[in-house]
Amino acid sequence: MKRPISLTVNGRAETVLAEPRTHLAGLLREGLRLTGTHIGCEHGVCGACTVEVDGAPARACLLHAGAAEGASVRTVEGFDGDAVMTALREAFSAEHALQCGYCTPGMLVTARDIILRLPDADEARVREELAGNLCRCTGYRGIVRAILRVLAQRRG
Amino acid sequence: MKPAPFDYARPADWSAALALLAAGARPVAGGQSLGPMLNLRVATPEKLADLRHLPGYAGVTQQGGTIRIGAGTTHAAIEDGAVPGRLGAILAGVARRIAYRPVRNRGTIGGSLAHADPAADWVAVLPCFRGEAVVLGPAGERRVKLERFVTGMLATALSPEELLLAVELPALPEAARWGHWKFCRKPGEFSKATACVLAVPGEAPRAVLAALDAPPFVVADASALCAAPEAEAARLVAALDVADPWRAAIARTALRRAAEAAS
Repeated sequence: MKRPISLTVNGRAETVLAEPRTHLAGLLREGLRLTGTHIGCEHGVCGACTVEVDGAPARACLLHAGAAEGASVRTVEGFDGDAVMTALREAFSAEHALQCGYCTPGMLVTARDIILRLPDADEARVREELAGNLCRCTGYRGIVRAILRVLAQRRG
Repeated sequence: MKPAPFDYARPADWSAALALLAAGARPVAGGQSLGPMLNLRVATPEKLADLRHLPGYAGVTQQGGTIRIGAGTTHAAIEDGAVPGRLGAILAGVARRIAYRPVRNRGTIGGSLAHADPAADWVAVLPCFRGEAVVLGPAGERRVKLERFVTGMLATALSPEELLLAVELPALPEAARWGHWKFCRKPGEFSKATACVLAVPGEAPRAVLAALDAPPFVVADASALCAAPEAEAARLVAALDVADPWRAAIARTALRRAAEAAS
């Protein structure tokens, strides 16, 4: 049975009618029409649905509506004016870090976390951290280069 | 896939949580193991009791030589140094290799242990420490030795009416040596064989071999393994009767490498 779920999405208070079994990715896409969050495997492996929940990346497919009640969620649509995300978007474009774009929203949220949490990460660490986000177009080379480029920029 | 319909409750205190369990609800914490099973409809509970918001469920405290890790403490918190001292450094290294950071941000040490997937990292590692699980049930608290907590595939010493409150582990001296090896073809995937060896000065070294679709195998005195890793790993694995030859081979290698790292 549907019930009202209240949460904050991209800084706005929202209340959405959803069944407890609806996952956050479905709630965002179908309840709020925020289709930037992509759904891939729906069991936590591919990383396409990665969003920020209460300030840290999380799988939107593994967070069901009841558990999302009261959470603060930021999707790929919610990073306007964020300096790291702006730099990442430019680097993804410059380094050909996307082709079809399906993995990109999750890649960007993960990449931003790598840059903020691991400012000294080298290529091996970036690759290890990216293991939870699958890309079937680029072979990861462009994505790794884009993240390393932003890390280098921030180190000055 | 989408889960089968289920109801959801968020108990405000521990007695409400126990009442939900007594009425048949399935406890859930971070949901990073149960979530995929729900989505794949391998698990179809009628009702979930979300433990995440219970007071004191997450957090680490130290009293004398005992470190208590609340069951709701996330893998990411442990990776980032929530547990003090040498034990904390060892656990941080284990936590960093659990699944992926977005999973570690939600998944909890207690949830993982109580779920008892044979390939799970805490299931494999925690029996290596001389610690206890703190369990809350209708009759109050009780303690279970960590080496006896997981009893089979997705099976534990918990009754359906009980919750895992915390794990309590002994603080370790800086001189404690640790070896840990798990076989994953890709970082973050389920382990195909995990071994760990803990050598604390003045105590018999301990070893665990896990992720073999069986409860973790604990070697209470791993002195022989540390003295002759290759021969003793082969002898121990041969005695376990692992069905697949390749699985036995990587189990032997994991055990040998963990023992070499701890020696």
